[in-house]
Amino acid sequence: MQTAGYMNIILGLVFAPLLGGIINRVKAVFAGRTGQPLLQPYYDIYKNFRKGAVYSTTTSWLFRAGPIVGLAAALVALCLVPVNGATAPLAFTGDLLLFAYMLGLMRFFTVLAALDTGSSFEGMGASREVFFSALAEPALLLGLATVARRTGTLSLSELLAATSATSPELVLVLAALGIVFLCENARIPFDDPTTHLELTMIHEVMVLDHSGPDFGFIQYGAALKAWVLGSVIVGLILPVVGGNFLLLNSVALLGGMFLLAVVVGVIESTMARLRLIRVPQLLVAAGSLALFAFILSMR
Amino acid sequence: MLLLLALGILVISGCGALIVWNKPWLSSCIGAGGTVAGCAVGIIPALDVLMGGATRSLRSAWSIPYGSLFIEIDPLSAFFLLPVFLLSALAAVYGGQYLMHYKDTKRLGVAWFFYTILVASMALVCVARNAVLFLIAWEIMALSSFFLVAFENEKAEVRRASWIYMVATHLGTACLLPMFLIFGASAGSLDFDRFAHSLPQPLASICFILALIGFGTKAGIIPFHVWLPEAHPAAPSHVSALMSGIMIKTGIYGIVRMLTFFDVPPLWWGWLVLAIGTVSGVLGVLFALAQHDLKGLLAYHSVENIGIIMMGLGVGLIGWSAGVPSVAILGMAGGLFHVVNHAMFKGLLFLGAGSVFQAAHTREIDHLGGLIKKMPYTGACFFVGAVAISGLPPLNGFLSEFLIYLGSLRGAISMGADVAVPLIGAVAGLALIGGLAAACFTKAFGIVFLGAPRSPAAAGARESGPLMVAPMLLLAAGCIAVGCLGFCIVPAMSGVVSSVLGFDAGRELKTAGGYLGSITVGSIALLLLVAGLTLLRRFLLSGREVGSSVTWDCGYCAPSPRMQYSASSFAQPITDIFRMFLRTEKHLRLSEQYFPASAAFKTHTLDVGFEKIYRPVFDGVKQVCARFAVLQHGSMHLYVLYIVITLLVLLVWQMR
Repeated sequence: MQTAGYMNIILGLVFAPLLGGIINRVKAVFAGRTGQPLLQPYYDIYKNFRKGAVYSTTTSWLFRAGPIVGLAAALVALCLVPVNGATAPLAFTGDLLLFAYMLGLMRFFTVLAALDTGSSFEGMGASREVFFSALAEPALLLGLATVARRTGTLSLSELLAATSATSPELVLVLAALGIVFLCENARIPFDDPTTHLELTMIHEVMVLDHSGPDFGFIQYGAALKAWVLGSVIVGLILPVVGGNFLLLNSVALLGGMFLLAVVVGVIESTMARLRLIRVPQLLVAAGSLALFAFILSMR
Repeated sequence: MLLLLALGILVISGCGALIVWNKPWLSSCIGAGGTVAGCAVGIIPALDVLMGGATRSLRSAWSIPYGSLFIEIDPLSAFFLLPVFLLSALAAVYGGQYLMHYKDTKRLGVAWFFYTILVASMALVCVARNAVLFLIAWEIMALSSFFLVAFENEKAEVRRASWIYMVATHLGTACLLPMFLIFGASAGSLDFDRFAHSLPQPLASICFILALIGFGTKAGIIPFHVWLPEAHPAAPSHVSALMSGIMIKTGIYGIVRMLTFFDVPPLWWGWLVLAIGTVSGVLGVLFALAQHDLKGLLAYHSVENIGIIMMGLGVGLIGWSAGVPSVAILGMAGGLFHVVNHAMFKGLLFLGAGSVFQAAHTREIDHLGGLIKKMPYTGACFFVGAVAISGLPPLNGFLSEFLIYLGSLRGAISMGADVAVPLIGAVAGLALIGGLAAACFTKAFGIVFLGAPRSPAAAGARESGPLMVAPMLLLAAGCIAVGCLGFCIVPAMSGVVSSVLGFDAGRELKTAGGYLGSITVGSIALLLLVAGLTLLRRFLLSGREVGSSVTWDCGYCAPSPRMQYSASSFAQPITDIFRMFLRTEKHLRLSEQYFPASAAFKTHTLDVGFEKIYRPVFDGVKQVCARFAVLQHGSMHLYVLYIVITLLVLLVWQMR
């Protein structure tokens, strides 16, 4: 089982940027375009790694620490998420809290790096990021608590392995976590990740001044964050294949993740970005769904 | 007994500093040195008891009836003594240099006298085992801190703050007196060891409520918190650190000590404490977000953290009454652990804020900026404190919140609705508080230390002296060390938790220590990854061009530092959506001309507790009292007449 845990890390490290490629391809198909190559995110990261960097004279060591700590925190989060019966390398009782707070640490550094530039545009993105994530946090933890109540365990590894996709509260939890997923990864309807300017108001704004390897770290970290949050959702849906079916489980995980990316692509193609004042309402709705699910689970 | 020696050193050095009040250097040396020496001596018995040594007590008869002069160091006392002595010593070293700023205008000897008395009285509060002795220490603590708050009493707002503090703290004490009387009447003695299990149910609940109000006022729970945001910014920074870091914790100590006197509590006590904690936590951080004053922001964060501690106690109480030991132990241990953690990072943050104030001469967040380049050490220390208070791994704030979370989740996933509902509320509340605290401290640290200076004063700031930096470095190192060593600290708390709950917590805490060990593994992995990625970036950048330029300004060529995002704009989305609670007043002035030359925008957030509860109540009291003003003209003739009339009435009544 231990190899299976490490297998998930390898899968995440290798395939995380592909999710972005799939989303973009789906959007292109919807728009009737050919679209960028599926592997474009990999090319982007590779290109950034091979470039020099420009640092603003306003910035301090925090600006340089931001991308590194962000990526490191995402990697630790990856070591906490299991998929399909495998135990994650760092699993322990209560690891779902460390998982949520590692993502919080990543956000904390990204926000401070944005504020370090002294640009009001990046400050604006930072302000929205902390606001929305403060509202998304309760929804995430309430959702996971509901699943924990169904399964009677507080470790992500056991929790995801023991769920069955058949109960009504799980559907509610999935809806809540889906909203959190879109918000945390700055996708439509919360944020439009298409450009760096004007349309994009949250995540891409904050990283405007990063360049070269730093920007590559940020892109890779963002892809990993999408991967870990996505694999929690996929892990809740997918049934577990008992025994030592490493290959089968890996294929199932990949299939699930790609399907999730397709769904996100469809959402992005068919919806518009919400007005900013509507965003908190959607997040509170997610929290309410999760709370309702918890109440249902007390039957 | 070493503790008495420590108290003696403190008081003597305070008197010494007072005697040489006209020599600022000498009195500071005596005051700070005496505090450090006293704390060093005092910490020995505390550590010994915590490490599993026998409880030390001292009992002798005194002239006050119903009891004896009784002091005792048990694990609970020792647990609170530890931060008292540690933070007091560090803050004293810091204060030695901080107060030099005032050496020509103030009598430093007086300040040092009250400082040492405050430290000694806090220690005495933690060890007193007799109600009278306890209340004497409690009152000395209130008075000495009142004089310290009023240090800069030539300023009107400082005088106002110190009077608000004085009134609030005595309202709290007014609830403690009847509580001790009820206990004393029922136990037949005012010694604490007779109080245990002496009260039948309705009386016990009344006492509990009184304790909650009385001690809660000192701790700063909402709605009794009104003095906190006034007094903490007004006091000198090392005193703010002391007050926020430990003095308000004596309120928590009082509540926990009371709990040891009761049998298994009814369930609604836990509900109540948990509700108070959640409300204090959420509203505290919201008001903190709306502040423009750096120390005001930190003061509201004390309300928030007291809320978190109360949530831990509430979870513990619920688990205790519901008969789930693991929930009770985890909640109680998390709450108590947060007491120590908060003392460390809040002390650190207040000291940092003091350094900022002395360097830039303003506490207005929107006038600061870019200080991390001018004050690298203060900046780095404040940063550590900010990460810790936001409850983020790998620092100590996360560990105590983790224990409270774990306790709540344990109960929420296994128990029936009457227990699960409040506990899941605690989980949601903690998550919201955590998110908002991160928002608040990215604001506080980001606007004050990052970006470009927003005013000439901030641009001219310089790093503080070594005696101010060293305590901050030590506290920052402490936050990191506790964050990494949680797995050995929490099991060592079993004596403390057991003494509160009355059953053995050792096994449960050892398991919890195992989880914290896993967190430490995660933290180490994080640090290794950070180191590895730093090397990777160095490798990637080697041989490539690394340039520096201005921040991308979207093509606009003349940005000025004043165009940066400000603290108010950063917090605006959040304060707007919670305006129901905050009631922020906005004043906007736009010029009417076609080519507007100037405009002004001002926001101000008054404390709702003060405006909606205290002010109406005190206005009412004032109105009632005003009716008696007819009797009091200040004219001597009338007063003589009153006396004569009174005497006549008494005479007639006696002759009847």
